[in-house]
Amino acid sequence: MPLLEIENLTVSLSQDGTETTLVHDISYSVERGEILALVGESGSGKSVSSLAVMGLLAKALRVTSGTIRFDGNDLLALKNEEMRQLRGRDISMVFQEPMTSLNPVRSIGSQIMESIEENLGLSRAKARQRAIELLKEVGVADAERRLKQYPHHFSGGMRQRVMIAIALAGNPKLIIADEPTTALDVTIQAQILDLMARICRDHGTAMILITHNLGIVARYAQRVNVMYGGRIVESGSARAIYAEPRHPYTDGLLQSVPRLDQDRKVPLRPIQGNPADPFTPIPGCRFHPRCPYTTQICREEAPGFDDGLACHFPLTTETREAV
Amino acid sequence: MSALLRIEDLSVHFPIRKGLLQRQVAEVRAVEQVTLSLNRGEAFGLVGESGCGKTTLARTVLRLVDPTSGEIWFDGKNVSGLKGKSLAPYRKQVAAIFQDPFSSLNPRMTAGKILSEVLYVHRYEGSIPGRVAELLSLCGLAPRFADLYPHEMSGGQRQRVGIARALALDPELIVCDEAVSALDVSIQAQIINLLEELRAKFGLTYLFIGHDLSVVRHLCDRLAVMYLGRIVETGTSEELFSSPRHPYTKALIDAVPAPDPDDDNTNKHGALAGEIPSPLNPPPGCVFHTRCPVAMDHCKSTVPPLSQLGGHHAAACFAVEPSQDAQR
Repeated sequence: MPLLEIENLTVSLSQDGTETTLVHDISYSVERGEILALVGESGSGKSVSSLAVMGLLAKALRVTSGTIRFDGNDLLALKNEEMRQLRGRDISMVFQEPMTSLNPVRSIGSQIMESIEENLGLSRAKARQRAIELLKEVGVADAERRLKQYPHHFSGGMRQRVMIAIALAGNPKLIIADEPTTALDVTIQAQILDLMARICRDHGTAMILITHNLGIVARYAQRVNVMYGGRIVESGSARAIYAEPRHPYTDGLLQSVPRLDQDRKVPLRPIQGNPADPFTPIPGCRFHPRCPYTTQICREEAPGFDDGLACHFPLTTETREAV
Repeated sequence: MSALLRIEDLSVHFPIRKGLLQRQVAEVRAVEQVTLSLNRGEAFGLVGESGCGKTTLARTVLRLVDPTSGEIWFDGKNVSGLKGKSLAPYRKQVAAIFQDPFSSLNPRMTAGKILSEVLYVHRYEGSIPGRVAELLSLCGLAPRFADLYPHEMSGGQRQRVGIARALALDPELIVCDEAVSALDVSIQAQIINLLEELRAKFGLTYLFIGHDLSVVRHLCDRLAVMYLGRIVETGTSEELFSSPRHPYTKALIDAVPAPDPDDDNTNKHGALAGEIPSPLNPPPGCVFHTRCPVAMDHCKSTVPPLSQLGGHHAAACFAVEPSQDAQR
């Protein structure tokens, strides 16, 4: 049984009496200990779908259909109090902005210890001991002294390490990391991601890694879901998706980024147009206005999600090279 | 080729003042003894992590920040001392594109107004509406965009307006400060291609500031790597990426994950340990010695000079043997 199983999840936004679908009928699962990447551009629904798993959707957002099963529990059927207990203990989250997700007026120690006391029910002294261990594990030197310091004493990379320590406090089975290194410098990004990958390996923790950076996906994830316009358009092993992208959007993303391992004069092949705006209805396939292979059926009928792909005309080796 | 922009021994320090008398208690050394030159028509990249001084250097070139010492020469004229009205001709020749098109465009003005304002202020001599239409079309925007406000456009469209504004006065040099960093991947590629197209069409010179090495490498002919206010290595894109010599450049390149799951070449030297020290209190000697895997004793006391390695290649590191490359 997979650790997390999402089936036909749809999330909608109610605003001024109208309903807008932000996440449309997505299904995927996460196995114990694996790192799964959610890739997509702004507005693709990657963050909203993960917040639904955490039970942290904003008031105007609502799961309108589908199921989320975690470790045998139906998360959508849980009461708020039960969900609150599960959050932080079994599933925890690391956000993009370590600057805004820590409380600026409380010491680092008290923020880590709060999570430990809450989730593991340890005494103050034991929680303190555990907090020191956690800080050491995430590579914060001089942990005992640092416990008394405040977030503004920490650099961006160090704050993200603290966030990871807090996320680890309850020994979670799943960590959802939403763009965990987007705000950090590249050398720090490498440190933080190496750390997170090592933690997953050592503790058998699964991770959903939300990112727009295709390099990070290739280096750290075993499986990938590519999202566009609120849907999963392609999913598969990282190796298969990079070697032979079947959806024109996936292919387009890969062709859009300049790469250090290619001749620098290789021209970029951008995707035309702008990312799908959830507030503008698009009939048929959501990607059809930007797709170089669009035909009549793409404009009229949304492709179903089958065999890890939602496309009427999947790319083959020949079609990819013909462009 | 003649140098369009020459920066000579430029330092920019910001004083930190405290107390009633505002006495100077310390200073941030944002840019330290930087020398570089840009040839007419080339794209020159400045890379480095946050706090390395690349943006301060760009703002100094734009004359938005005054240099503490050193000189800036543009087209044969020393522009570092210009003030007030005498700066106007320089401002016509040097334009800027900023990272965040959300905050660099006035939200209360339509794109047409934003573009005409620049033309009006600098007393453009042709038809202003005609020029606005021409600028929009150069940047791939339909004429109707003249009537749209920034909030009615997507991020990519806003950045196109930002580029149109930079082009308005036919500048020679455009300083692009993280011009594509805030954009979605698919849009980023569109803007990169647009920037390349415009450079070829108008023979523009770019000073391109970025932290994404693959983007800078793609766009720029030559580049300089900065660390804590100093240039640690400079050379052509080919020289720097195929044979980086400074340990920091190597670490920076290694830290970029390639979009290829089979690539195990990245991070071959392991992630760089530690963090960038504060520019308020930079380490003595080589600024990189606190994180350097090959630091020696005298790196802690002496600043390594930028030594020539042949071609355009130069690096500031005691561990680099100049002979290897120079003999080629």
